[in-house]
Amino acid sequence: MIEAPLAPDSLAVPETSVSSTSSAVPETYPVVEMKDVNKYFGQLHVLQDINLTVDKGEVIVIIGPSGSGKSTLCRTINRLEPIDSGEILIAGQPLPQEGRDLAKLRAEVGMVFQSFNLFAHKSILNNVTLGPRVARGISKDQAEKEAIALLERVGIKDQANKLPAQLSGGQQQRVAIARALAMNPKLMLFDEPTSALDPEMINEVLDVMTNLARDGMTMLVVTHEMGFARRVADRVIFMADGLILEQATPQEFFTNPKTDRAKDFLAKILEH
Amino acid sequence: MDLTGYWEVLREYPVLHAFWVNITLTFWSGLLSLVLGTVAVAMRISPIASLRLAATFYVNVFRDIPLTIVMVAMYSVVWVSLGIEFSDTFTTNFYILAVIGLGLYHGSFVAEALRSGVNTVPLGQAEAARAIGLTFIQSARIIILPQAFRGAVAPLGNTLIALIKNTTVASATAVATETSGVMAAMIENRPDHVILIFLTFAIGYVIIVVPVGVLITHLSQRLAVKR
Repeated sequence: MIEAPLAPDSLAVPETSVSSTSSAVPETYPVVEMKDVNKYFGQLHVLQDINLTVDKGEVIVIIGPSGSGKSTLCRTINRLEPIDSGEILIAGQPLPQEGRDLAKLRAEVGMVFQSFNLFAHKSILNNVTLGPRVARGISKDQAEKEAIALLERVGIKDQANKLPAQLSGGQQQRVAIARALAMNPKLMLFDEPTSALDPEMINEVLDVMTNLARDGMTMLVVTHEMGFARRVADRVIFMADGLILEQATPQEFFTNPKTDRAKDFLAKILEH
Repeated sequence: MDLTGYWEVLREYPVLHAFWVNITLTFWSGLLSLVLGTVAVAMRISPIASLRLAATFYVNVFRDIPLTIVMVAMYSVVWVSLGIEFSDTFTTNFYILAVIGLGLYHGSFVAEALRSGVNTVPLGQAEAARAIGLTFIQSARIIILPQAFRGAVAPLGNTLIALIKNTTVASATAVATETSGVMAAMIENRPDHVILIFLTFAIGYVIIVVPVGVLITHLSQRLAVKR
């Protein structure tokens, strides 16, 4: 409305971003920025001065031993775990306090849990349509159309009317991915998505995630699947004892880890 | 025992009507206690500390006071001292006071039954609801409470059975037409039939409660959320 009378070239550069250094195209904020984030569980310092930037389209894999704080880090990004100090920005906006604004922001950040957490009393179809219908107010018909398309994408279309408990773990996790995608998220968080699965079901979930990465989704994945990290990650982050010890390309990290802690970790998991 | 003589006594007093009064008392106070209990448990799981505190206070107060005292207070404190009246008709007024007393008392037990139901819902369900952008109220209404109700059928059923029998305390709020009031009148006037009078009312309640118990067992299995 206001833009209409302006010259086309002035559209791209809003007044606020005119500065000598920036080649300011709007919307250049990273998807996630964590600045000096600290978190404690009682005495335990689970996240220590975490600084992390996730750019649009990036696939980041976080690895590290149990108790290193990697799941906690993942959960702070949509504030399922509040932080004690520091700052987390999503697309340039600070994470709001608990309430309507936070709910709105969470709707734009998809999350996939280790234990799937499908709504146990709702059909597969309703699991996927619930978010769009309740949080976004999309009509039932529209939401179901989109849900069926998503279920087809993850290969579960035939099970749409079943309950979660009637599906295998791998199928449930693929539904959970579809449920998160139904909100058209800017970012997908995966908190050990294959750790609760039987070995033969891990690949069906990783395949869906790989395709998602290929389609350009911004992803942050906490996992123990080193093969997935090698093949799909743009950047691997190694955490131990609440610290980010290394950040590198998978190639760099797996062939030439810098810290002893990482060398030790890799030796243990790659040996057998 | 003089069965034919007792038959006359039975026809003299409104026994069936008395049971009907208790059933309607159960219905209305059950409805009220369900509403109160649901609101209380929603407050207890809410993120707002003052709401949690208020609900905890309500539950503990009404769970800890004997029902007879609550019912006498509805008559002597609420009506006599405070002069709170719900109807110009005496009997209707006492009936409403009794429903409120029974509802308040059993609401605290409903809240506790539902809280045990909430505990059957894994934490991940609430986290997933929050993660897709539902507000607290949406997640309580759509995800948590429906599963809590289905997980609390057995304790809710026990509360219902207790309520059916506890409606007999309504005579303490001057509801004279319900079973224990009628039974007292019958015993007073026809002490020669006291055993049969007792048996009549005891068996009457068993006949009402047994099917309720069977239904609850059936429902608690059928409605349980498969995980």
